[in-house]
Amino acid sequence: MNVSTVGAEAVVPTPTRPVLTCSNLRKSFGDLVAVDDVSFSITTGETYGLLGPNGAGKTTVISMIAGVLDADAGVVDVDGQRMHPGALGVKGQIGYVPQDIALYPDLTGRENLRFFASLYHLRRREATERTAEVLEVVGLTDRADDQVKKYSGGMKRRINIAIGLIHRPRLLILDEPTVGVDPQSRNSILESIERLSSEGMAVLYTTHYMEEAERLCDRVGIVDLGHLIAEGRPRELTARLGAAEHIVMSVEGDVESARRAVDDLGVVSRSTAEGDTIDALVPEAESALPAVMQAVMASGASIRSVVVDEPDLEAVFLHLTGKRLRD
Amino acid sequence: MAASLDIAAKDLRQRVRDRSAILLAIVVPLALAAIFSLLFGPASTPRPFEYAVVDQDGGPIVAAFEDEVLDYLESEEIVSVEAMGEEEARQAVSDGDLDAAFVFPAGFSEAVQSERPVEVEVVGSADSPTGTDVARSIARSFVADLDAARVAVAAVAHQQAGTSEDELSAIAEQVATAPPPVALRDVSASAKVLDTKTYFAAGMAVFFLLFTVQFGVSSLLEERSDGTLARLLAAPVRRTSILVGKLLTSIVLGVVSLTVLVVGTTLLLGATWGDPLGVALLILAGVLAGTGITSLVASFARTPEQAGSWQAVVAVTLGLLGGAFFPIQQSGSFMATASLVTPHAWFLRGLGSLVGEGGVVDVLPAVAALLCFAVVTGAVAMTRIGRVVAL
Repeated sequence: MNVSTVGAEAVVPTPTRPVLTCSNLRKSFGDLVAVDDVSFSITTGETYGLLGPNGAGKTTVISMIAGVLDADAGVVDVDGQRMHPGALGVKGQIGYVPQDIALYPDLTGRENLRFFASLYHLRRREATERTAEVLEVVGLTDRADDQVKKYSGGMKRRINIAIGLIHRPRLLILDEPTVGVDPQSRNSILESIERLSSEGMAVLYTTHYMEEAERLCDRVGIVDLGHLIAEGRPRELTARLGAAEHIVMSVEGDVESARRAVDDLGVVSRSTAEGDTIDALVPEAESALPAVMQAVMASGASIRSVVVDEPDLEAVFLHLTGKRLRD
Repeated sequence: MAASLDIAAKDLRQRVRDRSAILLAIVVPLALAAIFSLLFGPASTPRPFEYAVVDQDGGPIVAAFEDEVLDYLESEEIVSVEAMGEEEARQAVSDGDLDAAFVFPAGFSEAVQSERPVEVEVVGSADSPTGTDVARSIARSFVADLDAARVAVAAVAHQQAGTSEDELSAIAEQVATAPPPVALRDVSASAKVLDTKTYFAAGMAVFFLLFTVQFGVSSLLEERSDGTLARLLAAPVRRTSILVGKLLTSIVLGVVSLTVLVVGTTLLLGATWGDPLGVALLILAGVLAGTGITSLVASFARTPEQAGSWQAVVAVTLGLLGGAFFPIQQSGSFMATASLVTPHAWFLRGLGSLVGEGGVVDVLPAVAALLCFAVVTGAVAMTRIGRVVAL
């Protein structure tokens, strides 16, 4: 089950026992603490989004869950079994789709799938059947026997996901699966994930695209600098902002001076400047808008356009960290 | 083990699709062996010296020279002889068509049987100093035999007055044609030296072996940089299985490429590798040694490009030092000894021991040396390569 429309109330499945439980995970690389005291859980049929900017620690968390990295502290349980790099039985419960397109380009899509099917101990007939099924799921049946190097970026992303599904995992981990794909392929990927979730698969999904998280995720955890700083349903998180709206302005002139002028207004709770765009978070746009526009123009900048948006997870992240997710 | 086989099968399929591996493992060494054999083969493969005999005498001594000396050398394929007139022979030598000509003047036999001085003339080609030297040696040896016969006849005539002319002639002939009391049979160097075609076939095969087997373990670094290693590590596969799969890839690639080269150079170039079982042992030991060395080099690298560069440097250095391009044993004892730090030298030495009657027992020292390379370098590599698999 999933949230298919931004702002709509999620229909969360009846809670069952967790498929994944992470408790107090910690991982350092030298002096750098990449992940610190991260805990969350995912139940059957739930799609959980890990949100955060690049370098927040999402991939490190996922690598520990997949058994690729060993945690310095804390535990990962999958279906009640402890995960670590040597836990081969537990690894068989997880479908891992790394952020990179991890394929063998000289092999065909079908050969890539058959190879990983053999690593997951699928028997010959079962592997053949599952290969056909997952090719159907990602819509690549007619290109299955082409070498992967001849695929488009979107097709590679889809076969990358198909490999994670080949052995019917209990938990599917998707690390930024739509990076660099065209809108059509992205939509196809998101539809596939929605379908899998509705069929009862637990999904852990990392992204820094808010619209994807709002569309797919039953719950999200927001990660910054290795810490899980907030967790909940998307609607719950945006509700924490109270009555809040974005005023997004495209300006010409000294953008940073204009942002400071806006920030100095008492009505703005947070503001950011990126390129020629200023994003100001205000409790109520209708009353604040004249003052905000006046402040920008008083700073010497001119306004080209103004848009007022409903609050979203981006606003939540901005509110919590003072940064935009795509910084 | 099943996972290792799956990984090796996948890697081999990739290498077959990626034509560069076939090019490097088979096509290039075969082509280079053929080119080198064509370039250097005629100069370094012994051919019979071509001589002419100009018999202006027609007597028994010259006939004895042809029948007893030259016929034997011809049967051993050391010389090739034909009879000619003096003018024709001198012209042929001058034109370089012959290496040398023996000119026996009229009255040679009669002069030998008397005590008159007489000369046999050797006309040598300026283009063939070796052939001329050999001809001079043959003539000098024959003349020495004739002198011995003269001395013997003179001694008999002096001690046994009244010996008939026929008896003296019989004694002279017996001395002249008797086999030498001491003969030298060379069984050292020549018996252990590979012929040119086999040498270059083996040299190129063992040189490119180090490039071929590097595809196995180095692909671990490729998998890491391409992101597929993370996927392998997330699968229910032991890290040791991944390593074993990569080693299997190297070994299969090496054995297949060397086997194809042995068969190919035998059929296409006429190389003679020797006893098949001995060659098989050398191939297996050589591949293991090559795999150990390239794995060790890869274990120090951080990227596949770095590994490829370092492995190329090591392969070329060891190939040159090991005599893959030229017979290092002929460069002096120091170089010959130094070459033994390379698997190439041991591989070629092992093949040399198969020349002639050599068999499996003869290659065992070389096989043992190659296995030592494999064990030492492989053991160090395995202790280091774990960090690659650990991401």
